[in-house]
Amino acid sequence: MTRHFSDTISPARTPRAVRAALLGTTLTLLAGCAADASSARPANTPPPPAEPAAAPAPAPFASTYQPRPAADTAIVGASILTGTGTRIDNGTVLMAAGKIIAVGADVAVPLGARVIDGRGKWVTPGIIDAHSHLGVFPAPGVQGHADGNENIDPYTAHVWAEHSIWPQDPVFTKARAGGVTSLLILPGSANLFGGRGVSVKNVPAVTVQQMKFPGAPYTLKMACGENPKGRYGSRGRAPATRMGEVAGFRRAWIDAAEYGRKVDAYEKKHARGEGGEAPKRDLGLETLAGVLKGDILVQNHCYRADEMAVMLDVGHEFGYKTRAFHHAVEAYKIADLLVADDVCVATWATRWGFKMEAYDAIEENAAILSKAGVCVAIHSDEQRLIQRLNVESAVAIAAGRRAGIDIPQEEAIKWITLNPAKIMGIADKTGSLEPGKMADVVLWSKNPFSVYAIAEKVFIDGALVLDTSDPATRYRSDFEIGQPVGEE
Amino acid sequence: MQRRLPVFTGIALALAATASPVAAQTFAITNAHLLTPGPVGEVQNGTILVRDGRIAAAGANVAVPSGVRTIDAKGATVTPGLIAVNTALGLLEVSSVDGSVDNKTHNSGISASFDVQYGLNPASTLIPIARLGGVTHAVVMPDYDDSDKERELPFAGKAALISLGEGAAILHRPGVGMMLELGEDGAARIGGSRAAEFVQLRQIFDLARQAPRDEYPFELSQADVAALKPVLAGTMPLIVVVHRAADIQQVLKLARDYKLKIILSGAEEAWRVADEIAAAKVPVLINPTSNIPANFDMLGASLQNASILKAAGVEIAIGGNDAGHRVREMRYNAGLAVSRGLHYAAGIEALTLAPARIFGVADQMGSIAPGKAADIVIWDGDPLEPLTQPTAIFIAGKEQPLTSRATELGKRYAR
Repeated sequence: MTRHFSDTISPARTPRAVRAALLGTTLTLLAGCAADASSARPANTPPPPAEPAAAPAPAPFASTYQPRPAADTAIVGASILTGTGTRIDNGTVLMAAGKIIAVGADVAVPLGARVIDGRGKWVTPGIIDAHSHLGVFPAPGVQGHADGNENIDPYTAHVWAEHSIWPQDPVFTKARAGGVTSLLILPGSANLFGGRGVSVKNVPAVTVQQMKFPGAPYTLKMACGENPKGRYGSRGRAPATRMGEVAGFRRAWIDAAEYGRKVDAYEKKHARGEGGEAPKRDLGLETLAGVLKGDILVQNHCYRADEMAVMLDVGHEFGYKTRAFHHAVEAYKIADLLVADDVCVATWATRWGFKMEAYDAIEENAAILSKAGVCVAIHSDEQRLIQRLNVESAVAIAAGRRAGIDIPQEEAIKWITLNPAKIMGIADKTGSLEPGKMADVVLWSKNPFSVYAIAEKVFIDGALVLDTSDPATRYRSDFEIGQPVGEE
Repeated sequence: MQRRLPVFTGIALALAATASPVAAQTFAITNAHLLTPGPVGEVQNGTILVRDGRIAAAGANVAVPSGVRTIDAKGATVTPGLIAVNTALGLLEVSSVDGSVDNKTHNSGISASFDVQYGLNPASTLIPIARLGGVTHAVVMPDYDDSDKERELPFAGKAALISLGEGAAILHRPGVGMMLELGEDGAARIGGSRAAEFVQLRQIFDLARQAPRDEYPFELSQADVAALKPVLAGTMPLIVVVHRAADIQQVLKLARDYKLKIILSGAEEAWRVADEIAAAKVPVLINPTSNIPANFDMLGASLQNASILKAAGVEIAIGGNDAGHRVREMRYNAGLAVSRGLHYAAGIEALTLAPARIFGVADQMGSIAPGKAADIVIWDGDPLEPLTQPTAIFIAGKEQPLTSRATELGKRYAR
């Protein structure tokens, strides 16, 4: 069976000014979806000091991602699903300097731009997976590679998935062949707090810093239900039950709030020029305090409807907002609660029954939630599915139709583009084909909801990173060099 | 896209209202886009005549006797029911709940003699869910329980073929194959090395072949030795789960040496030795989406496996994405293989007639042809596409409900 101990979050620290700027854009673009990270802080709260004095000034492990050289390119004559709820037939997508310049039926192609004939083909934004463990549970899946779960303690908010990622995981290349341009890599779900996740661009790289999505917020992976209680209860320690899990969460948030107050108090004194010793940094509490401030997005692995409702109340009690419930196979039972709290859902269509809390999973989940106005993402959590999130979405569309809910394709494409971008806090930068956004684009051989569709050309920041007509673009990771590997 | 044809909802009523029991069991599907392996092939405007649960006639020029109830398919695609391989349907409810899982044992006296036919549960909720994917039959196979690390038992036991028909006695034929896993995981069960694994297997076969009734070799029980007899006689296929090309070559050699009838399963690197497999006339059960170099057994795993094997002349059957809950995805897997070069008709065949041939029931099922069971699915589009759904499913001529526990849950909450 595929491992399911996954799910977490963690973007890098985004300068506050940038986040504020993003917020405006995001709200405009996202009509109906949840606001960006900074909106978790009440609007009337004054912004905190620029940087807590207890934290180091330069962000550690900063992104060194550099877009590849990109020719100005126009894809002409294709059917375009923009990721904003629109379909354009016989349209043009124009990319220059790594950005989307124009999208529409009447776009003039500048002289000198490379023109790609898209007639009979389809264009979508780059596919985004809001729940992946590539690199932390890489292939081959040997013990020496198992770096996704720090499962010796249920409270590991101090670990960061990016410190486990092996960029040579050959599955990054396979995901690229499925059109995946960005992904959120999370720690596993053995722990209540699994640690920080990291958003990356799906480019060949030697270091994780070269992949880190520039400006993406950090995320925190939390997990409810069978995995933590199973992991620790079986070893005679807490949490052994769901009530034990909730008690554990609450105790941790109490500690985090106290830590945040201490840091704030010190910073205020420091700002007044008073002396005093800075509180010793605590990496775990620093992450949790970041959540309470709204800087770090909560990605909560949670299957059952009743548990999600309890976790929403934990958030209310301690003043944090859940960005998304992951897996959330029973979310269809509480669509109203999710709409009210503006929480996204990242889920599958097909997986069910592998454990008790997945017994009520139904293919109709995404369609029911979409119709209710919930921001939904179809995610993978595994190595095979990440290669065909488009097919998984088609299953979800068909199930909706069977239940009398017709989600149009121009809306459903958001499940694997704009909505995961929103979950990751990067919807202002990518996830839809809109002028000014990163030119993360896929040219499909057919309608992307067809099982026969192949991602023929994949662009990341305007650079052609995969072209099925050009074998030179077929990247092999170091691990695959000299091995008897086949085609994707 | 075509929605469910309203005519089908009337079938049960029409049957109930008919006076003659013989007439009640006769019906015709007309105006059908027939898509089937076998002599009937693809027929744009075809008719199927069903009598007493069997196909009486099928094709372009089939006369429907007067008075026989007809179902107008209105041009919809009609295929044989899909036959799933590599499943645990009927043996499994919730994977992590041990008490609901019956496809494996740690009983140290039961290996080759483990027999799935005794564990079948026709009320499993997985059955209607698989059926809604157009699956009408499944090969149910045993697996290994590795909780006892001391156990050195190479065989998982005997597979069976079941029907997914509602309310029926689901066992169709027991003993359709003997399961054996080799490669990395298989070697781990018998000493940790392939070099030991094949030696031990050969020893077991030699001793089992010679064993008098009251003696038995190694840890094999008397029941296990008896279970291996048909395998050694070449009447029961040995289904060998294997991945690496070199291991596949060893298995082919083992089969030659002992005159075994074998079926390869998994076989991610089979494409690298496709010609040898074709020459040995050995069929392969594959999941085309198993393209991850998940361990050092399958560094060559590729989505092209299906098309390369077929081009070399190997018989292939395509399975779903797990043994139970995701069996219904088998048709998408065939579609993905088609997207990577497998001929479309071969994709349909790999879900229907190929598994029927591989498991020795092609005279009964696997295609729409006179004399075969009326296992028929009407679809609202291309059956390999996820956007397509079945609009009617017949097993042995009996119309099946288009509902499952999952669709009922959806209905309760969909607004």
